[in-house]
Amino acid sequence: MDEIAPEYDVVVMGTGLTECVLSGVLSVKGKKVLHIDRNDHYGAEAASVNIEALFKKYGNYSKGEEPWKKYGRVNDWNIDLVPKLLMSSGELTNILVSTDVTRYLEFKQVAGSYVQQGNGAKATVAKVPSTAGEALRSSLMGIFEKRRMKSFIEWVGTFNEADTATHYGLNIRTCSMKEVYDKFGLEAGTRDFIGHAMALYQTDSYINEKGGAVEAIQRIHLYGTSVSRYGKSPYIYPLYGLGELPQGFARLSAIYGGTYMLNTNIDEIIYEGTKAVGIKATMQDRGGEEPMKFTTKCKKILADPSYFPGKVQVTGHVLKAICILNHPLAGTDNSDSAQLIIPQSQVGRKNDIYIAVVSSAHSVCPKGYYIAIVSTIAETTANHHLELAPGFERLGKIEEKFMGPPIPLYEPLESGVNDNIFISKSYDATSHFETTTDDVKDIYRRAEGHDLVVEGLREGTNLVGDNE
Amino acid sequence: MPPRFAQFKLVLLGESAVGKSSLVLRFVKDQFDDFRESTIGAAFLTQTISLDDQTTVKFEIWDTAGQERYKSLAPMYYRNANCAVVVYDITQASSLDKAKQWVKELQRQANENIIIALAGNKLDLVTAQPDKRAISTADAEAYAREAGLLFFETSAKTSENVRELFTSIAKKLPLDQAGPRNPRSGGRGGVELRPETPSQNNGPCAC
Repeated sequence: MDEIAPEYDVVVMGTGLTECVLSGVLSVKGKKVLHIDRNDHYGAEAASVNIEALFKKYGNYSKGEEPWKKYGRVNDWNIDLVPKLLMSSGELTNILVSTDVTRYLEFKQVAGSYVQQGNGAKATVAKVPSTAGEALRSSLMGIFEKRRMKSFIEWVGTFNEADTATHYGLNIRTCSMKEVYDKFGLEAGTRDFIGHAMALYQTDSYINEKGGAVEAIQRIHLYGTSVSRYGKSPYIYPLYGLGELPQGFARLSAIYGGTYMLNTNIDEIIYEGTKAVGIKATMQDRGGEEPMKFTTKCKKILADPSYFPGKVQVTGHVLKAICILNHPLAGTDNSDSAQLIIPQSQVGRKNDIYIAVVSSAHSVCPKGYYIAIVSTIAETTANHHLELAPGFERLGKIEEKFMGPPIPLYEPLESGVNDNIFISKSYDATSHFETTTDDVKDIYRRAEGHDLVVEGLREGTNLVGDNE
Repeated sequence: MPPRFAQFKLVLLGESAVGKSSLVLRFVKDQFDDFRESTIGAAFLTQTISLDDQTTVKFEIWDTAGQERYKSLAPMYYRNANCAVVVYDITQASSLDKAKQWVKELQRQANENIIIALAGNKLDLVTAQPDKRAISTADAEAYAREAGLLFFETSAKTSENVRELFTSIAKKLPLDQAGPRNPRSGGRGGVELRPETPSQNNGPCAC
């Protein structure tokens, strides 16, 4: 076995997506990276697992039973632990393209983006309109409202923050989104699906925020450009599951010299004064050889929250249920995949409920099955099943349901500048990776002292024998 | 018969420093470097072989990028691999044992019908100094036959048997069913995205 180098620029702990993107980017920029995970697989909290591993993770079967056996070959299943989709014009897509990690992955569109109106027996599901034309055909609005929505969408399309002529007479710097909605005379129901299913806010707190209109408009704009990029929905999804994403970025890092060690425990962080300067670790060997203990210096440490429980705080809890279905979601035109958002106000909540559905079309399960993940932010300390109930109502018959205790969301207590330990945030309850890439950029700025520029990341780097 | 063009994913495996990247660089670029460092940045190469006037095979070659060093190869590496070259160093006895482990790993992780070739590299070293050989041709060949592998002793340095190795893999691949795995005809940039309803029939039209 090769020697570990005596010193690295960066030791990264945890192979979740955030950490792997950072490893990849730092390696491309010439940093010497050692990337460690205590698990024997890539992905950490953002892994995709097979159905046997999922049953074992949740333990929802009796001893001696092997319930996964009735679901075909276990390795035909790649079930995401974090339910998210990529915005096709979002920042993760940009990073994938500028790093060429796209060459290791295949993407497919998510077939549709839907929103619920009403609740209980009166609940209806409709496609989220993203163009002026779709607005006019949408069943979500009455005839006059459709026209108002059409002019709103057209206005968003022409909006330019720097050009006051496009601001429709609004003082955009101080303007709240409520003022924008008022200006266009949009009804409450329309505001609901714009804010929650297009701008993808999870609560209504954005509405009255002074100066908040610009961000809301940019979010709606991102939704629109993402839809128009490939056609059906704003979302794309990698074949074989989201777990492919961290693997792709880990490979990028390795190509640029990053060293990867799975199955490796961090025994100790070495400090000089307040600053971390190295690690002691042990790689477990699966082949029966002796564990390998080693010590190495590093200039800084990047880590997911699980490696530094004393340096993070809990900011909330996510509720999540992974459901196996053998039919598509009702009301989604038999789509092989969909996102369905249940805005909080429709079901008397403060936080939206999300349902993400993928299927064999994305090589995540055998033919005939669908994987639906229902999630929201916890609002109570008990009754979690009840909180997700409006989501379960949309699913119809459920073959299997995997639901654990509420998942704590962590964020670091400090920036990392004082101790050289830069910690990421947990994957939040949003339906996409935009906040994940925000975190990547934030950590990069804290750790490197300057902004991460995504465009042209690989330009000027010289690869041996790179012939395509 | 119409010309056939098929694309396959080929993965390399074997212990560190047996010459995996060197074999590929010889095959793809006809280059060799005596003092190559451990793999950096030779991670995605392609090479085309013409089997005859009508048949062209394109290999999309994945190097381990060093991730095998601490047993940290990702499932992505094996995913959809059509063929593999498992490399050992004929001057290092232990490297064949490692190669056998990689063959087992492939049989566990990769497609059932993957074509595997065993390559005993650094043939040039024993040509110059026969006593350097640590693994006899007969032993390796017997193992390869038993395990159903193609077998060559190669030298990335002199290029001996390198082309033969890849050509024999190409000949064994099921050309007829080769759906190009991930056609990247456009080269760099752009998300290779397959729309939900593949628009095979309405591509750029000739009208």
